[in-house]
Amino acid sequence: MSQFRGRRILAGALILVAAAALAGCGSKTSDEKSTAGVSADVSGDTVKVGLLNSLSGTMAISEVTVRDSIMLAVEEINAAGGVLGKKIVPVGEDGASDWPTFAEKAEKLISQDRVAAVFGCWTSASRKAVKPVFEKNKALLFYPVQYEGLEQSPYIFYTGATTNQQIVPGLDYLKAQGKKSVYLVGSDYVFPRTANKIIKAYAAANGMTVLGEDYAPLGSTEFGTIVNKVRSSRADAVFNTLNGDSNVAFFKEYTSAGLTAASMPVVSVSIAEEEVKGIGTQYLKDQLTAWNYYQTTPGAANQKFVAAYKAKYGADKPTSDPMEAAYVAVYLWKAMVDKAGTFEVEKVRAASGGITYDAPEGLVTVDGPTQHIAKTARIGKVGADGLITEVWNSGKPITPDPYLKSYPWASGLS
Amino acid sequence: MTAAPLVGTDPASAAGTPAGGRRGRRFDGPARTAAGFALGAALLFAVAPLTLSDFRLSLLAKYLCVAMVAVGIGIAWGRGGMLTLGQGVFFGLGGYAMAMHLKLADAGPGELPDFMQLYGQLDELPLWWRPFASPWIALPATVLLPMAVAFGLGSLVFRRRVRGAYFAILSQALAAAMVILLVGQQGTTGGTNGLTDIQGFFGYDLDDPVNQRMVYFIIAASLLALLALARQLIRSRYGELLVAVRDGEERVRFLGYDPAGVKLVGYVIAAGMAGLAGALFVPAVGIISPALIGIVPSIEFVIGVAVGGRATLLGPVLGAVAVAWARTALSERFPGTWTYLQGLLFVLVVAFLPGGLASLWALARQRRSDPAGARWWRRSRAADPAETRTEVSAA
Repeated sequence: MSQFRGRRILAGALILVAAAALAGCGSKTSDEKSTAGVSADVSGDTVKVGLLNSLSGTMAISEVTVRDSIMLAVEEINAAGGVLGKKIVPVGEDGASDWPTFAEKAEKLISQDRVAAVFGCWTSASRKAVKPVFEKNKALLFYPVQYEGLEQSPYIFYTGATTNQQIVPGLDYLKAQGKKSVYLVGSDYVFPRTANKIIKAYAAANGMTVLGEDYAPLGSTEFGTIVNKVRSSRADAVFNTLNGDSNVAFFKEYTSAGLTAASMPVVSVSIAEEEVKGIGTQYLKDQLTAWNYYQTTPGAANQKFVAAYKAKYGADKPTSDPMEAAYVAVYLWKAMVDKAGTFEVEKVRAASGGITYDAPEGLVTVDGPTQHIAKTARIGKVGADGLITEVWNSGKPITPDPYLKSYPWASGLS
Repeated sequence: MTAAPLVGTDPASAAGTPAGGRRGRRFDGPARTAAGFALGAALLFAVAPLTLSDFRLSLLAKYLCVAMVAVGIGIAWGRGGMLTLGQGVFFGLGGYAMAMHLKLADAGPGELPDFMQLYGQLDELPLWWRPFASPWIALPATVLLPMAVAFGLGSLVFRRRVRGAYFAILSQALAAAMVILLVGQQGTTGGTNGLTDIQGFFGYDLDDPVNQRMVYFIIAASLLALLALARQLIRSRYGELLVAVRDGEERVRFLGYDPAGVKLVGYVIAAGMAGLAGALFVPAVGIISPALIGIVPSIEFVIGVAVGGRATLLGPVLGAVAVAWARTALSERFPGTWTYLQGLLFVLVVAFLPGGLASLWALARQRRSDPAGARWWRRSRAADPAETRTEVSAA
């Protein structure tokens, strides 16, 4: 009797399953995509923006400073009356240094919180994970970190440097200094591997030799072998794309192997003021970095930014390139919205081209077609005080070229 | 030999079927299980889709994928005593097999997936990608590939009587090796980025919420099917044997059975379940990457199972969903401090509920028959099979 009843219930459940399954058959990939995205909630006298950074995990140490910087910009804008008369309400989420979590939180910010724009992401992997989410929902992401280029999403604004604004000028500088050979050291992930591909193409076309290429897993602290190989290669310079903690171990090993900035300079593209503090100035003195902004960059806009940041977060907190790019991103978004007169994503995008802003790094201009920004490249040298001082700059903002189309040697890259 | 641990871990009672309890004697066996499944189906197929927004439903789909891995771990670890800290590998194999097929389908015939053109500078598809163009190969591969790898590893390891912590470390090393392999081959695997931006699922546009809902239903149905399979397995003679091997491998050997074979079957089944979960995770979330299959996520799978109660049928599922849900809920509410809260939660469960969430039901029943309830924690410990296991294996 009870067995019979059980079967009936089971059969009922199966019918329910089948019915539910049959009910759901949506559009095919071949169908025309609908144009409606999720629109931001601007009905009240506030507008929400999303802050998507890792507050936990390996990337937290870097991304928290970006979050702080975005908050500073938001507060300044609110104090000055907001955007289109609406106060900005920041909604923070933790990406937890985990790429699928970034995608989940991006979706949450867009569809639950209905934010007008999202600021954040650091690693390329996190950006690649959220890119489809923003494209699907037709929502805006402002990505504030230098990256490996070869990307151009209509729903992402790239306020950090692309390769022709950081890596290529870095190589130009080495070439001008008469360096004929380089050794490449990087963390094992997409940015270093792609950057090194570009460096090798550049070297081949510019009479430089690449004497070696080594990768360490993210977070690795074992550099004995790599530093030995670097030393015995007798390269003129090292191009360093290591990220995070690995730099500490690498530079300690480098110094104890007797290598110095004078004998074999290292150009780093992921070491900013914040990281210098962590690695220790004694290991980094006189080594080179390639960025678009330093705390020491001259100009009234930067003095104001540095003073405001230190007043809010403490006098010992340095400002760095990604922080500045994130700060600039908020102001650029405000300028775009002001120009468009609306928070509607498509109109904001249409209004973006040609917008300029007197940023701490100097004048920046939004390049409409690529949605990157024109920035000045700056090569810096680490000083004994832990700050980085500029030794060379490109003189004027460099037009972004994410696919390196204007460089003949890069034709095989994309 | 098997009677003692089974007392506290009877799958049906731990399952917490509401129809059970006091009427247990009259309404039990298949009817009770069927009612449990019907309730589960009603929750997953009616209540959840009707009450949750599209976004929350897609999150639930993700949790249910983790729960599918947990069902497998429940068999391998809870029943078989094999602490597998490398389920991410099998999850990843299933996920990558599915994602490779979907990426190829997105790219269209004869075309390369987008990331290969960017990072690989390849002119044609690598040889080992080619079979995945066909759904008839890719789909079975999502389950069979992980099972084959588990079979290979398992037959090497169990015969040599590697067990306990050594087995755990070995399985973890496998996860680490797999991540290094994937990251190193950026041109053909997508490196740390993984395979992202998956647009279609066998011709259906994944951006469409209706299709997302469909994917959710497929996942929910698969989870129920895996649960039914796990229940049959646990109730079968093989299930008894697996528990026996867990509790006294040498004694089982003396009785004339081959413990290595018994463990191998459990391990391979768990791998297949993880593979299926990985395959369904891809259309639900749209990404598979080394970050999802390394050591940390592999341990997180096990944490969910431990929180839920590893030796029960429903415990791993409840635990996996609860942990994943708590992660989302806590991180949304307290973006800055949620990791501490999550850690605290694990500590509390391990310290005060060693039998996992599933033991709550048994505890509640005990308290009803024993109003004093002063010794509840000691009883919950006695009901925990782990204690029994360590005692026996230490002997």
